[in-house]
Amino acid sequence: MKRITIDPITRLEGHGKITIFLKDDGSVANVYFQVPELRGFEKFSEGRAAEDMPQITQRICGVCPEAHHMASTKALDDLFHIEPTSAARKLRELLYSAFYVTDHTTHFYILAAPDFVMGPDAPPAERNILGVIGKVGLELGGAVINIRKQNHWIIQTVGGRPINPCFGLPGGVSRAINEEERAQIQDIAKQSVEFAKLSLKVFDDVVLKNKTYLDMILSDTFTQKSYNMGLVDENNKVNFYDGKVRVVGPDGKELCKYAPREYLEHIAERVEPWTYLKFPYLKKVGWKGFVDGNDSGVYRATPLSRLNAADGMATPLAQEEYDKMYSTLGGKPANFTLATHWARLVELLYAAERLLDLSKDPEITSTDIRNIPTATPDEGVGIVEAPRGTLTHHYITDERGVIKKCNLIVGTTNNYAALYMSIKKAAEDFVKPGVKITEGLLNRIEMAWRPYDPCLSCATHALPGQLPLEVTIYDARGNEVQKLSQGI
Amino acid sequence: MAKLKVALYWAASCGGCEIATLAIHEKILKLAEVADIVFWPVGMDFKYADVEKMADKSVDVCLFNGAIRNEENEHMAKLLRAKSKVMIAYGSCAYEGCIPGLSNFYNRQMTMERAYVETPSTDNPKKILPQTKVKVPEGELELPELYDTVKTLAQTVDVDYFVPGCPPEEKTTWLALEALITGKLPPKGTVISHSVKALCEECTRTREEKKIKKFYRPYEIIPEPEKCLLEQGLLCYGIATRGGCGALCPIANMPCTGCYGPVEGVIDQGAHFLSALASIIDSNDPEEIQKIIDDIPDPAGTFYRYSLPDSLLRRARIK
Repeated sequence: MKRITIDPITRLEGHGKITIFLKDDGSVANVYFQVPELRGFEKFSEGRAAEDMPQITQRICGVCPEAHHMASTKALDDLFHIEPTSAARKLRELLYSAFYVTDHTTHFYILAAPDFVMGPDAPPAERNILGVIGKVGLELGGAVINIRKQNHWIIQTVGGRPINPCFGLPGGVSRAINEEERAQIQDIAKQSVEFAKLSLKVFDDVVLKNKTYLDMILSDTFTQKSYNMGLVDENNKVNFYDGKVRVVGPDGKELCKYAPREYLEHIAERVEPWTYLKFPYLKKVGWKGFVDGNDSGVYRATPLSRLNAADGMATPLAQEEYDKMYSTLGGKPANFTLATHWARLVELLYAAERLLDLSKDPEITSTDIRNIPTATPDEGVGIVEAPRGTLTHHYITDERGVIKKCNLIVGTTNNYAALYMSIKKAAEDFVKPGVKITEGLLNRIEMAWRPYDPCLSCATHALPGQLPLEVTIYDARGNEVQKLSQGI
Repeated sequence: MAKLKVALYWAASCGGCEIATLAIHEKILKLAEVADIVFWPVGMDFKYADVEKMADKSVDVCLFNGAIRNEENEHMAKLLRAKSKVMIAYGSCAYEGCIPGLSNFYNRQMTMERAYVETPSTDNPKKILPQTKVKVPEGELELPELYDTVKTLAQTVDVDYFVPGCPPEEKTTWLALEALITGKLPPKGTVISHSVKALCEECTRTREEKKIKKFYRPYEIIPEPEKCLLEQGLLCYGIATRGGCGALCPIANMPCTGCYGPVEGVIDQGAHFLSALASIIDSNDPEEIQKIIDDIPDPAGTFYRYSLPDSLLRRARIK
């Protein structure tokens, strides 16, 4: 048995590893995607004061601390039986919208765009953000940096800190904003809407007008018929901050729609001995292994799955783009993994529009930002849509509000099984007897997982370049026979 | 002048320090003029083997973030120490153990049981735990071994400088980089920050005499906007925390939680905070003092939020 270790990805060394086993004829026998890390938040949260959880759990991820801070703060609302004031709720969603603008911008331009703008077979040295800027113009590169920086300013102004905000409390937030700050936020929001529209135009020009790419998006290799998960508001429109979790099958039928408190009826997690990460699945459908289809409980929680699970977008410009996307892709749901990039841009526009709406809300500068809880804390669940998937925080406390039990189902974890299957399918389709393994081929395997923006890779976000890969092929006796690498 | 050779590495961390390194924004270009990055797994395609091939002390500076949590973290710390002239513990995890260091209140078995067996969403009737070596039908797969105790970088290798913060603020990062670029290096062992004093020194809230009759939890009161948070009964850690961040949390009406580590000369931040608190409790009656202290719901996790592995306690003893 031959063995290919895609030792991922330099930056994932120690944080992720793909091994491909080949049959004697050179076709793929099996693929394993391991996550070799555990930090143990679910245990060491025990004994902590509940109100410290928004700041403790955000240290799970330095790229999306805002998502953990928010899910945790919402879990505290539930735990202390207190609703945030209307202004506080809006401030939370405002910060969260600014966060989505930065996060989706970074992913699209730095991770996704190089494959399409430069092409999957472009030399690795050009297939990065610098290449993208070279091709689409320095002005756009400047706009990317500007939008990120400005929205980080919003996060610090509203949340207290640029990384790891501190403003979340049960029943509200710690700080109000003044008129001057509001006006600046509104200005940034306007720029963000224009920037999102421009980004969709770039996608249209570069990807959609290129038949090769469109064919690739619609190809079987990058199609996966799994369930779709996403948070929706009372009108079944996409919402990042609040609502119910809706799950829609690959056939478009609603499987369930659940409130945060009901998550245990719907989600279970499977343990495999060869990885530290668990595999969540839909409990009522059941675990049938790493397969897709209506009978398999594997689901996705990604920008595309959120759009698939919803009936539309809550803002007008994003709704137009939503309609356009589905008419191009041949209707809902779209099971094309690569269309996730497109869905992310529709979400970017929605986040920017939402930010603008909230910045103009007369209540946003209200100083009525705190409700003081008086009920005895016991149990709380908070759910938000993190950019990389539905994020669930569940706490049980004693009557003093000290954590007794903590359970977390984190963004990327939702997608572990689906991600693994996408990698496996791409490997099976591309690594075939007699086919020489080239860098372009490896990049196509990598393209199968990039749409998920796995948080194992989150830090790449801020840097030029695609994920560097190294593939080493060993013969049955463990001798190295071929080595390929790609990088910046 | 030859360009500086810089290595960056992340061990057990969240990626926040990587983001913080990049938060120097346009100064990155200035850095690029004077430094070459020779190893940065997050962003560049260099492998462990490339580091092994480097001559000893051929790297000028290594910025190391993340705590030491498994055998791979330890291996890389030792390897990079050997190759680097200057080793910097960058960020609270490498410096003091930080939030993941709270794991030292428990042990590996308890952590694994919780994650893989006990959690209510986990469906694992056979109680399978991840293994360091697993036979699968096609061959064998390996995972690094998780350690029982989280360690700091300095508990693993010799460290020259420390950069505090979870994560370090932009200006703190730049202070460290500037020292390296100009070659004006402080004495070995220095904690690089704009302040050696307590955070209170740079906090703009007004301070009077501190006398506390009762501690409040942050959700219980709406603090007055201008007045010292500790004087209002909120457990603000600024009194025992190194300054340099600009008092960001107090500006947002939230107490400092201590992420910049101890002030200059203090070994155990938690003990320092506890003794500082004891001196401002407004009572001489031991029973009343006890009652006031009892209002703190999680003393160990509050006093040692970021520094348990680096403290005199290091870890809890598990019976």
